[in-house]
Amino acid sequence: MIVSFKLNGELVEVDVPPNMTLLDVLRRKLGILSVKRGCERGECGACTVLINGDPVCSCLVLAPQAEGKEIITLEYLSKNGEIHPIQEAFIEAGAIQCGFCTPGFILTAYALLKRNPNPTIDEIKKALEGNLCRCTGYIKIIEAIQLAAKKLQRYSR
Amino acid sequence: MAIFYLLPRFNYYKPKSLNEALKLLNDLENSKVLAGGTDLVLDMKIGRYKPENVIDISHLNELKYIKDDGKSIRIGAGTTLQTILESNIVRKKIPVLAEALEIMGSWQLRNVATIGGNLCNASPAADTAPPLMVLEAQLKLESIEGARYVPITKFFHGPRITELKRNELLTEIIIPYPPSNAGMKFLKLGRRAAHTLSIVAVATLITIKDDKFDIVRIALNSVAPTPLRAYKTEESLKDKPINLNVIEENVKRVAEEIKPISDVRASAEYRKEMSIVLTRDAILESLKMLNVKIGGEEF
Ligand SMILES: Cc1cc2nc3c(=O)[nH]c(=O)nc-3n(C[C@H](O)[C@H](O)[C@H](O)COP(=O)(O)OP(=O)(O)OC[C@H]3O[C@@H](n4cnc5c(N)ncnc54)[C@H](O)[C@@H]3O)c2cc1C
Ligand code: FES
Ligand code: FES
Repeated sequence: MIVSFKLNGELVEVDVPPNMTLLDVLRRKLGILSVKRGCERGECGACTVLINGDPVCSCLVLAPQAEGKEIITLEYLSKNGEIHPIQEAFIEAGAIQCGFCTPGFILTAYALLKRNPNPTIDEIKKALEGNLCRCTGYIKIIEAIQLAAKKLQRYSR
Repeated sequence: MAIFYLLPRFNYYKPKSLNEALKLLNDLENSKVLAGGTDLVLDMKIGRYKPENVIDISHLNELKYIKDDGKSIRIGAGTTLQTILESNIVRKKIPVLAEALEIMGSWQLRNVATIGGNLCNASPAADTAPPLMVLEAQLKLESIEGARYVPITKFFHGPRITELKRNELLTEIIIPYPPSNAGMKFLKLGRRAAHTLSIVAVATLITIKDDKFDIVRIALNSVAPTPLRAYKTEESLKDKPINLNVIEENVKRVAEEIKPISDVRASAEYRKEMSIVLTRDAILESLKMLNVKIGGEEF
């Protein structure tokens, strides 16, 4: 069946079977490889994308449910070869080791900072409940998001 | 490339209205309704369900609302957990439901998972069930033949078995205003603090009259084939004076009302012990909301 949606600002149309997950549509049909295949059961957040601005696990969404939606992946954040302040902050804070979890964390952080530009540590932890990281121990990820909040406030001034 | 899970093939239907959904559900054999999909997609991946037809209701705005009608709060079955959690009406009038939603799944999950899906999936661990049980919610079940209402305490028949007939949808959850002087609390014990299913969870709703327990409602999940009300424990506390001894003595009865099993999350024995402890603590927290002093001390 034909499913059409906005992917990172551009309208796309794909011909997919209805039993394909959005994760597979993005990775296998559209070559969006920032979206990671982790647990495939909603536990790890590596497959996080934003649907109409909300973080969602793409491994639990069926392809036809994407119809008419606005979907954002990590690719949206860097423009003209320049990375986003949240990405900068992750690098500067040392919040990346193997990097497998990073796209999911950055998208969740992006959605959080849109809603709450100056979150407390507890608010950051709460928002990130659904993103697991096996490497960093989370402390540096939280620091990165605090740093990103500062950077974004500076940019918006 | 390795593909770990393959979904079975099915016919996909996207009805334009609730009426069309009810008609499809009535006409199609071997079908499953898809709301947020956080249970169903997973259950299809692991092969628990292999429906021939999937009827998607996730886009139906008719099922997404929170209304205050002056005597009850009505929630459309397709409303997401996050929307309900962020609702001021819910936080103010029925905080016990908000407390349960707050620690369900993760942000990603709550953004798509629906309250109707949580109830209809009928897991013994469904976290919206205990609060809705102490709030004495009514459920509206609809088919092409019309609507009927059942109290939530009659809805669950067993693990993944409900009162729903083959052609019925859950469309609305109706929560009567709780008594204005009620204290309520939801407590969940899991294997970690967040993003986890319960080992046991307890919801309580308490009112007091003349320094004695008046209305006492206690509901638990994960300790029987379905979420349940602990009627005998409730009964034994009613009209008793409010002090720690009375509470500790009477909450022990909870262990006689539940039938926990041992599973990957915890042993039956541990669940029994923790049911008692959590019930006690939820009652104490409910009383705290009413500013009741116990033994001269404020809890
Ligand atoms: C990682 C993870 C963590 C989770 N954590 C929790 C948790 O902490 N607590 C908890 O209670 N649950 C938890 N769950 C389970 C699940 O997310 C919830 O039960 C959720 O509310 C299900 O809603 P849904 O809309 O996604 O349901 P779906 O998956 O769409 O549907 C579930 C079932 O109900 C049926 N159904 C759905 N809507 C209706 C309707 N209106 N009428 C009739 N039938 C209907 C479907 O056919 C299906 O059988 C978790 C799941 C995952 C994957
Ligand atoms: S791959 Fe989707 S949550 Fe793990
Ligand atoms: S950096 Fe390796 S999983 Fe997070």
